[in-house]
Order: sequence, then structure tokens, then C-alpha cells
Amino acid sequence: MPKVHIPTPLRQYAGKQSAVDVKATSIADALSDLVAQHPELRRHLYTEDGKLRAFVNVYLNDEDIRYLQKEDTLVSESDTISIVPSIAGGR
Amino acid sequence: MLKLSPTHYAALRQHGEESYPHECCGILLGRIDDDDTRVVTSTARAGNTRTDSPQNRYHIDPKELIRIQREGRSRSEDIIGFYHSHPDHPAQWSQTDLAEAHWFGCSYVITSVAKGKADLTNSFELTGSDENDKKLIGEKIDIV
Repeated sequence: MPKVHIPTPLRQYAGKQSAVDVKATSIADALSDLVAQHPELRRHLYTEDGKLRAFVNVYLNDEDIRYLQKEDTLVSESDTISIVPSIAGGR
Repeated sequence: MLKLSPTHYAALRQHGEESYPHECCGILLGRIDDDDTRVVTSTARAGNTRTDSPQNRYHIDPKELIRIQREGRSRSEDIIGFYHSHPDHPAQWSQTDLAEAHWFGCSYVITSVAKGKADLTNSFELTGSDENDKKLIGEKIDIV
């Protein structure tokens, strides 16, 4: 099954797991299954109108889904999906 | 509290000096103990993709973070924080630092680099339950 890697700050909402197996053939399905298994994740990943938060980067293996087919990107059994909140700042 | 060795402490400060007058950035890897102490076991320099404004902005490419994270996993290390520098500016978080911080429970370490020399290094934990109540709170750095 595809695996979703959970970043450190979100593990408390995913049963303290660092990775979650999901049933999915697309990124949208994968994230949907992820929040179905762990509903507390929803508000951290999505805005109130159901859009992925701008600072939440989603990678399929080593590719940013924004440069693939976004949430329609197809996912296969051995794929790894990474959720990576952005890291930025400055004085 | 953040715990790190003198070697790791020196390394992140030196990165700031080498990057001056630009901001440096990097990743802290290690573990979180039962008392919520973050213990650094390795650091990883990262590239600053804000080439448009490197003197006062930093951004780490998520792809680079994924690579570093993968390498850390092979050593049973987690990402526990980040560091960056403030050239000729205090080692205090800015509104930009807070707005762009999303790794709750992690340490954000800032080093002021004055005229090319590392000055103060402070660490802040990102606390709160979500984007609406997040705060960067000063924490002790234990160098052991």
C-alpha cells in the first residue's frame, strides 16, 4: 500500500505514527484515507473550505504534486507520499 | 529545552558566519525525550532558495528536507528543529519568522551574525495548537 510520511509536528494527530499506510490510487484518495483514519489531521492539512493549506507541501516520492497533476496525481502501491510543512522565515 | 553538543552548536554558528551577509539555514535532527527536551544528534546545512532576498529571508526546499529526512530516518533520527541566521540583526524571531513557522513542537534556532561574527544564539519552541494560536517561546539551550 502507498505510505504517507507524517512530519514531526503532526504525529500527535496520527496516533504518534511516523508513517501511515493508505488505500489510494491518487493523492486525493491518499489524503482522504489519511484523514478518515485520523480525523484530527484534517484542520492541520486543510482550510475550512476544503483546500490544502498553502504551506503544506505534498510530495509523491521526490516530486512536488504541484508540478504533477496536483491532487489528481496517480499513486501506485510502492509509492511514498511526504507531507512537508514549509520552512521559511527571516528578519 | 534544546540540548546539543558544543560541536553542533559551533557548526550552526559557523554556518551563519560563512553565509554572511546572507541568512543561512539548516535542519536539526535528533530525538524528543519524554520530558519534551529536544536532543540534537546531527545538523544538516540546507540551501537558501530565497536568492531574491537572501540578506533577510530564507526558505528551505522541501525536496532537500525530504532527502535529509530520509537520511535521518536511516539513523533513527527525526527532524526536531531548524536554524537560521540574522545578519546584523538580533537573534530574535520576527513576524516573518512566526508567520512562516509551522513545525509545532520543534525548535527554531536563530543566531545573530554581527559584521561576519556569530554573536548570540537563541532558541524558540513553536507552541500552540494550530495557526491561530501559535507562538514562538524562548527556550533554554543546554550545551553538553
